[in-house]
Amino acid sequence: MKAVISVTGCDAIGIIAKASCVCAEFDVNIVDISQTVLQEYFSMIMVVEIDKISAPFSVFVDRMSELGKANSLEIRTMHEDIFNAMHRI
Amino acid sequence: MLASNDIFETINMIREECLDIRTITMGISLFDCQCDDEKRLCTKIYDKIMFHAGNLVQTGMDIEKEYGIPIINKRVSVTPVALMCGGVSRDGALNIARTLDRAAGELGINFIGGYSALVQKGFSNGSRTLISAIPEALATTERLCSSVNVASTKAGINMDAVALMGKVIRETADLTKENSAIGCAKLVVFANVPEDNPFMAGAFHGMGEPETVINVGVSGPGVVASAIRRAGNECNLTEIAETIKRTAFKITRVGQLVAKLASERLNVPFGIVDLSLAPTPAIGDSVAYILESIGLEKCGCPGTTAALAMLNDAVKKGGVMASSHVGGLSGAFIPVSEDAGMIEAAGCGALSLEKLEAMTAVCSVGLDMIAIPGDIDEAVISGIIADEIAIGVVNTKTTAVRLIPAGKAGDMICFGGLLGEAPVIPVSRFSPEIMIKRGGRIPAPLQSLKN
Repeated sequence: MKAVISVTGCDAIGIIAKASCVCAEFDVNIVDISQTVLQEYFSMIMVVEIDKISAPFSVFVDRMSELGKANSLEIRTMHEDIFNAMHRI
Repeated sequence: MLASNDIFETINMIREECLDIRTITMGISLFDCQCDDEKRLCTKIYDKIMFHAGNLVQTGMDIEKEYGIPIINKRVSVTPVALMCGGVSRDGALNIARTLDRAAGELGINFIGGYSALVQKGFSNGSRTLISAIPEALATTERLCSSVNVASTKAGINMDAVALMGKVIRETADLTKENSAIGCAKLVVFANVPEDNPFMAGAFHGMGEPETVINVGVSGPGVVASAIRRAGNECNLTEIAETIKRTAFKITRVGQLVAKLASERLNVPFGIVDLSLAPTPAIGDSVAYILESIGLEKCGCPGTTAALAMLNDAVKKGGVMASSHVGGLSGAFIPVSEDAGMIEAAGCGALSLEKLEAMTAVCSVGLDMIAIPGDIDEAVISGIIADEIAIGVVNTKTTAVRLIPAGKAGDMICFGGLLGEAPVIPVSRFSPEIMIKRGGRIPAPLQSLKN
C-alpha cells in the first residue's frame, strides 16, 4: 500500500529533511520524490510505502499535518487509492 | 505511476473547489422491531439503530482522515415509520419520533430519516396516525426528518393526501414559527419517491432494501463550475457537456471508493452511489454558479431550464460509468436556501417560483427549501404541491416539495448551517381552494401517445 504526501508553501531550508525524518520515525519508506520551486513557492510530492508503518496510518497523517503547521507549510497525506480511483480506470 | 498533475488536480478539487462526500447514509430495516407494546417497540428500535450504526460516525471520520476527502454528513435512514404504526396510537408515533431523535443524538449524526409514509393510492391506519403526528414530531425533535409520498406515475396523485399535506406544512410552520419554521425544512412531499435516497430530508429505507445498507451521496458543484470556467468562453455546448461528464466521472469515482470502504469496514452491504450535485451555502459550492458559468447573466433568466437540462443529463452520463450501482435522486439539486447563487438570484428577483417549477421538470428533486410568505393559506400550499407533483407523475420522475412558510415576501429567513438562508418568494394571490377541497385521486397518466 502506498500513500501520497503533498507539501506546498514557501521555500525554506530542510523541508525534505524534516518530512523524511518523520517518515523514518514511522517506518514509512519513501519510493519517489518530485519537487518544484517556482519563484519562492515550493511544492513537493512524496510517494511512500506504508506496509510496515509502525503506528496507525491516521496517527502518521496527523503527525505530518502538525509538521506542516509548525513550518508554515501545508502537508496532506492521503492514501493513494483516492488518486487511483479518480485518475485510473 | 501517478502523475503529479493528477495528484494536484485532486488536491485542488478538495482544497479550492469544495469537493466532498456529502453523506454516508446507513439504511436500517425496522421490520423486526414490530411489537404490540409501544414502549417495547421504541426500545427495540433504539437498540437496533445503536447496534448497527454505532460505528458509523467513527468509520466516516477514519476514511476522511486516511483518504483526505471531507465526508460532511453521516446519517441513518430507517423503514418508513408509518409501516410500524398500524396498531400504534398517535402518542406512540410521537414516542417513536423522540426515540429516533435520541438515537441520532447518541450516534452523533445530524439527521435521521424515515419518519415517512407512502400514501400515493390511499391511507392505511398507520399512515394516518403518522401523518397526524408529523407537525408535533418535527416541532419537538431536532434531528428527525419526515417525508410523505403522495403520488406515483403508476398510481396517479392522491389529492386527499395533497390537501392534507398543505395542512401539515401549515401546522408545522405554526408550531416552529419562533424558529424560522425550521420544522418545514425537515419535511418533504414526494412523487415517485426513491427508496434508496441517501439525502435528507427525504431519505428512508425502502421495503425492498436489505436488512442494512450503505448509500453514499457525492457532491461537487464547485468542481464542475471551475472545470467549465477553465474550459473558457470559446467552447460550444457540446464541449461543455463533455467537460461536465468528465468531471462528474471523477467526482463519482471518489464516491464509489468511499462507499466501498465504508461498506467493508462496517460490514454492511453497499447499496448505491447517488450522483447528485448537492450545493451548500458556501461560496463556490453552488449549482446556480455552474449555470451562470455556462453563460447565464443570472440563474433564472431565459435559458436557465435548457442549461440545467444539459447539466443534469451530463452529470448522470458521466457518473453512471463511474459507479457499479447508481440510485437515489441522482441529478442536480436546486434547493434555494442551500445555494449561494440561488439565494442571490431569488433575492434580486431573477428567480421566481414559476421558473423554479419549470426547472424542476428537467432536474433532480423539485421545489426545495423555498421560503414562501408565512401567512399563506393551506389550500395554496396544497396547490403548489399538486403542480409540482403533477410534473413528476407525468414525466415519470421524482419530484418533491419542501416549502417553508415564514416571514413576508422580501424578508430573509435564516435556518443556519447547511440549511442556509432564503429570501421569501412571493406566491400568486389567487386561490385553488375549491379544487383542493374536491379531494379524490387524479388518475395515473397514459404512458403512450407522448406529446
